[in-house]
Amino acid sequence: MSLNLEDVSRIALLSRIELSAAERETTRDQLNDILGFIEQLQAVDTAGIEPMAHAVDVVQRLRPDVVTETDRRADFQAVAPETEAGLYLVPRVVE
Amino acid sequence: MSELINSSLRELSAALAAKTVSAVELATLFLDRIERLNPALNAFIALDRDQTLVQAQAADAARRVGAGAPAISPLCGIPLAHKDIFCTRGWRTSCGSKMLENFVAPYDAHVVEKLAGAGMVMLGKLNMDEFAMGSSNESSYFGPVKNPWDLACVPGGSSGGSAAAIAARLAPAATGTDTGGSIRQPAALCGLTGLKPTYGAVSRYGMIAFASSLDQAGPMAKSAEDCALLLNAMAGFDARDSTSLERPAEDYARGLEQPLAGLKIGLPQEFFGAGMDDDVRAAVEAALAEYRKLGAVTVEVQLPNSGLSVPAYYVIAPAEASSNLSRFDGVRYGYRAPDYADLAEMYSRSRAQGFGAEVKRRILIGTYVLSHGYYDAYYLQAQKIRRLIAADFKAAFEQCDVIMGPTSPSVAFAFGAKSADPVQMYLSDIYTISTNLAGLPGMSLPCGFGRNNMPVGLQIIGNLFDEAKMLNVAHKYQQVTDWHTRMPKLAEVAK
Amino acid sequence: MNWEVVIGLETHAQLQTRSKIFSGSSTAFGAEPNVQASAVDIALPGVLPVLNREAVVCAIKFGLAVGATIAPRSVFARKNYFYPDLPKGYQISQFEIPVVSGGGLDIRVGAGDTAKFVHLTRAHLEEDAGKSLHEDFHGRTGIDLNRAGTPLLEIVTEPDMRSSAEAVAYARALHALVQWIGICDGNMQEGSFRCDANVSVRRPGEPLGTRREIKNLNSFRFMQQAIDFEVQWQINEIEEGRAIRQATVLFDPDTGETRAMRTKEDAHDYRYFPDPDLLPLEITADWIALVRSGLPELPQAMQQRFQSELGLSAYDAAALTASREMAAYFEAALESAGRDNAKPVANWIMGELSARLNKEGLEIAAAPLSAPQLAGIVRRIADNTISNKIARDVFDALWAGEGRDADAVIAARGWQQITDTGAIEALVDEVLAANQKSVEEFRAGKEKAFNALVGQAMKATKGKANPQQVTDLLKKKLGV
Repeated sequence: MSLNLEDVSRIALLSRIELSAAERETTRDQLNDILGFIEQLQAVDTAGIEPMAHAVDVVQRLRPDVVTETDRRADFQAVAPETEAGLYLVPRVVE
Repeated sequence: MSELINSSLRELSAALAAKTVSAVELATLFLDRIERLNPALNAFIALDRDQTLVQAQAADAARRVGAGAPAISPLCGIPLAHKDIFCTRGWRTSCGSKMLENFVAPYDAHVVEKLAGAGMVMLGKLNMDEFAMGSSNESSYFGPVKNPWDLACVPGGSSGGSAAAIAARLAPAATGTDTGGSIRQPAALCGLTGLKPTYGAVSRYGMIAFASSLDQAGPMAKSAEDCALLLNAMAGFDARDSTSLERPAEDYARGLEQPLAGLKIGLPQEFFGAGMDDDVRAAVEAALAEYRKLGAVTVEVQLPNSGLSVPAYYVIAPAEASSNLSRFDGVRYGYRAPDYADLAEMYSRSRAQGFGAEVKRRILIGTYVLSHGYYDAYYLQAQKIRRLIAADFKAAFEQCDVIMGPTSPSVAFAFGAKSADPVQMYLSDIYTISTNLAGLPGMSLPCGFGRNNMPVGLQIIGNLFDEAKMLNVAHKYQQVTDWHTRMPKLAEVAK
Repeated sequence: MNWEVVIGLETHAQLQTRSKIFSGSSTAFGAEPNVQASAVDIALPGVLPVLNREAVVCAIKFGLAVGATIAPRSVFARKNYFYPDLPKGYQISQFEIPVVSGGGLDIRVGAGDTAKFVHLTRAHLEEDAGKSLHEDFHGRTGIDLNRAGTPLLEIVTEPDMRSSAEAVAYARALHALVQWIGICDGNMQEGSFRCDANVSVRRPGEPLGTRREIKNLNSFRFMQQAIDFEVQWQINEIEEGRAIRQATVLFDPDTGETRAMRTKEDAHDYRYFPDPDLLPLEITADWIALVRSGLPELPQAMQQRFQSELGLSAYDAAALTASREMAAYFEAALESAGRDNAKPVANWIMGELSARLNKEGLEIAAAPLSAPQLAGIVRRIADNTISNKIARDVFDALWAGEGRDADAVIAARGWQQITDTGAIEALVDEVLAANQKSVEEFRAGKEKAFNALVGQAMKATKGKANPQQVTDLLKKKLGV
């Protein structure tokens, strides 16, 4: 399974990372090196093995339904790139 | 006073309690050293003398008021520094990235809170590989950290700033995080003791996520005893982290002095095969000989799937990272590109410009292995192999108390030696990654010197929740050896 | 040529918790922008989600109410996509193993007694996104994250519905149910209950056609309009030889039309994977039993009971259980009027009361006329104190707040029915004497003239005479 430039463009789009034409080529080569390396996983027989998503086998702890947070908008928006009237601003979204 | 730069935390604590030194004096001692030595090392990337001294004054006041009271932590007044992955209120928290170059965290990480609560004094924030992705500290936006033992060599990563700072005696202790070896490998390469606890022992709240199911914070210091004292303050249940384990608090120093007679040390043959440099092998073998002298016995164990740990890791960690790093989108905080035509461009340029090459590479790989049509082949397969790796350890621990081997296949390498070849770089963590996959605790301690007089690390891997046992095993060794007290020339000269 | 319409619905019900699903922020509606957006909600670096127990309780209640399977272990997954109102760049949802699977709801279209069972595929817990405000910011979009992290139950049906009417009937039944069990306030204006409709058309017997998804239908009327428009649009497209392409569409209430969104469908790849920050959600049998014991009687069970114990029709039983408040009103009225009066009580509630509430835009809980007051009217009809006609006047009087109960109104207005045979006989004699012309017409075979005589008798008593007695006596006197 080797990536071509089109694959790289698609992954970059999904990742929202702009790549120049030149970067696409080096990225393709590097990603193919890494994929070549992880390819060895395919040879392992894992039939019947349960995937392991967590490092420890415990179940989710639940939080009581209590409001514990207070308004910290000013603190949080002090580090925001662009705000107005308490809102975060972004370029116009067209649906 | 300058002899205190090589003191253990217990010694510093005693000096503070005896009032032979104040927290302000200690902080000043280290701040002055940082001022002199940091320009050559680049270990610290945020300093604020005023805030540090305010904390030191508070610690002195607490010791005056509460002298002898049990409420005073032995750590009160001892300085330490935080890896810049931990959010610190009022301090810039950059995670080694341009993305967060101007991010001042509006809250403290759990670990930061706990250590501050113990009265420890923050010296500053430590350089690291960008978003903890790296094994050499070459991926930091703020430039590489130099290894104090040889400025032409890497300090290891991703907690390279933590390791270099302690090795150069710019701080007596530091926090680190370990996703695939990021505490242990730099500890090994800089001649320190560092411990990655069992997954869930230390809260991840406020620690910027790289790979959530693998990330774990831990202490870095000169000795096992220091690490035990630090871990006492860092560990413990935190309701804000769903993966934080609800276990009774324990004293990790309680068993330090237990004799090692009869201790069974498992030696996985997979850790002693080809791939390990001869100088590393010699130092590790010598350490094992020392352990046999202490009464331990060594048994051969098998970890047949450990060879798959690096490829499995390089599926799982990038997959989680690709998602964890999606929040850095230039909307609510962090870097936003100056020029863009629309929202799509704002996203893709902010992320292209805000992230460095290695971070982008891992996001792209992670996106790919999760994408439609590849999920089963890569991500799910890697998770199944993860279970096989964990099962190997379970079987091995039926035959031994701890597992030992090298921490890193080589001593610190020169800058640029592996940076052009990501896969070679990934293999630097070949001995450490499997414990993260299995959730097990692991540590590294200095066990000698190799090529060019660079430090070698011995790795100890424990069973789940066996931190106290590991620390005991490391401590007994450190009582009969002095590798952990050795300082690089650079640190001595500047006394 | 015939077309069959195939509709499946996905509903997002905001769960009635105090705090958000993964943070301790308030879920109250209408706050200033971003003041209820905590570090977790705005996805600051390093923060982590912790699951709200009450959100899980809501999901269990729902699962029990629709007869579904509740997973002993379900998994939270990340749905990855970039959008400014999605702060983490992923939504925490459930994918492979949802908390609730299967089950279903009975729906009714029209006035018949037959119900149709709509199968549910699943219901899963997830977090809501924030809101994007497109106005007033000189060409930029403003993001308010107060809603981000509000708990949602996404309820997905099988493609079981065959008309917009069925879709609306399902949506109404679901809307009633989630309020009945107290997991959602059902406020559609505030977005607490939002539907997406997957619509396709096909020739009967053929495989399913390509569907288009109409997003964010926030009223039943719009749902009906949107689906009707969409169905006609799809039929036209196919009949004109164009294939339907899968798309997400929006309904514009101003034009009554649907239009495809600009986002490219093929650019989506959500890359679901288990959220490493959240562990598997375990729901034990004991917990389910505990939640079950706290559930109110469910509408389905209540309908059965109304039919078997009270002899009501399935239609009436369904109408009386349209909401928990309606059912409570009925049961309170019944308790006061007596079981024998079940049918008239039902009729009064579904008829006069509902019409009046509807006209005045009131919910039944706000009815000025209490259930015992309504029962009082029914009782007086039953014992012949008043006629149905007078009863409506009593109803109006009580509605207007005149009098404590029906008896008080009847007494104050002197509306008791005249049932004394002697008095009625005298009255009938008077009417016959005064209306000879009508009597003659009747005898000549003009049936209508009889009604005129009854009318005269009623008029003379201002409607208080028992109409049946009047009729009987008139017939007797006229020798019929």
